[in-house]
Amino acid sequence: MKIEVLGTGCSKCVALEAVVKQAISKSGKFVQLEKVDDIMKIMEYQVVSTPGLVIDGTVVSTGKLLTVDEVLALMNK
Amino acid sequence: MWKESVDYLIYDLLKLEGHLGEAINFFIYDTFKIWFLLITIIFAVSYLRTHFNTEYVRAHLQGKSQLYGNVLAALFGIITPFCSCSAIPLFLGFIQARIPIGVTFSFLISSPMNNEIAIALLFGLFGWKVTAIYIGFGLLVAIVGGYIIGRLNMEKYVLMDVKPMQGELEEVKITLSMKERAKEAYTYTREIFKDIYIYVIIGVGIGAVIHGYIPADFIAKYAGAENPFAVLVAVIMGIPMYSNAAGVMPLVEVLTGKGMLLGTALSFMMAVTALSLPEAMILKKILHIRLIATFFGIVGLGIIAIGYLFNFIL
Repeated sequence: MKIEVLGTGCSKCVALEAVVKQAISKSGKFVQLEKVDDIMKIMEYQVVSTPGLVIDGTVVSTGKLLTVDEVLALMNK
Repeated sequence: MWKESVDYLIYDLLKLEGHLGEAINFFIYDTFKIWFLLITIIFAVSYLRTHFNTEYVRAHLQGKSQLYGNVLAALFGIITPFCSCSAIPLFLGFIQARIPIGVTFSFLISSPMNNEIAIALLFGLFGWKVTAIYIGFGLLVAIVGGYIIGRLNMEKYVLMDVKPMQGELEEVKITLSMKERAKEAYTYTREIFKDIYIYVIIGVGIGAVIHGYIPADFIAKYAGAENPFAVLVAVIMGIPMYSNAAGVMPLVEVLTGKGMLLGTALSFMMAVTALSLPEAMILKKILHIRLIATFFGIVGLGIIAIGYLFNFIL
């Protein structure tokens, strides 16, 4: 599984990355985590409100700081 | 009912009188009233908002004609949340979708101006009429301002080269159940409230002192009809106060009660929400200073004109 956090360095984006890290360790799964801060790459995902969350190439959330449980739920979908 | 309870507490139980009693009464009454209103309205607005996101707005603005696009963008600004930290992806993303920059600016002006905190406070403190005037004229500034910027051919002042995409946009589809929406609205409301409750206390606190101690003719002299530059000064003072809308609005309520003209108050509140220095600093990374100055200039002039217009007719 591959998770990408899209964000250009705003406080919410940093916070979301931390939340995702917690969710990954809680899930016990093997996950490749990547922080995407290149604005051009973010736009390739058609995301215009950061932070964005991408799981296996699919955008699952935009413009929101999720909780650990919410990220876990999205990972198990 | 709340008013009577506070009156009973202050005047009958604690037996406070005079200026001090009035100031404390005002402080308790207003703080809790505003807290209650903020929580209800922000919850309602953020629940509604789970149906729209910025990606949705972008897909719907694509390919619209100039003026119609401006109107639509300004209207979308009411319901979409805006955080100045997303200003860059938003701006570039709109260009990528071939949305003219004038339409993008209509959205950029309307969205922070019609933010849920400002609307909740306006509604609670000034009633629906002033709220409607604020939103109506806010939209007008956003539509006209965006339209003018669009007419000035300023695309060359966007400093980043974005390749416009071909064809229609695919919508980013994120579906949620009603329970998930309610939960999201609850989380959002809690976050916002945690950030701003202290500003409400500070704003109402200063307001209470003014309410109890400072005579009306003092305010009227500096912020009322006797001062022809009041609107201008109010707009300039409003620019650095963006994040403090929650504290500023209760203060404005007291000042209008003491003789500050409504037009001046409207201009001040619009300047607080629509002209934000942090947002300008962020946009400076991708926009030439000339474009930002034009944006601030047009919005500033629009807001000042509205202030004088209202002071004149009301």
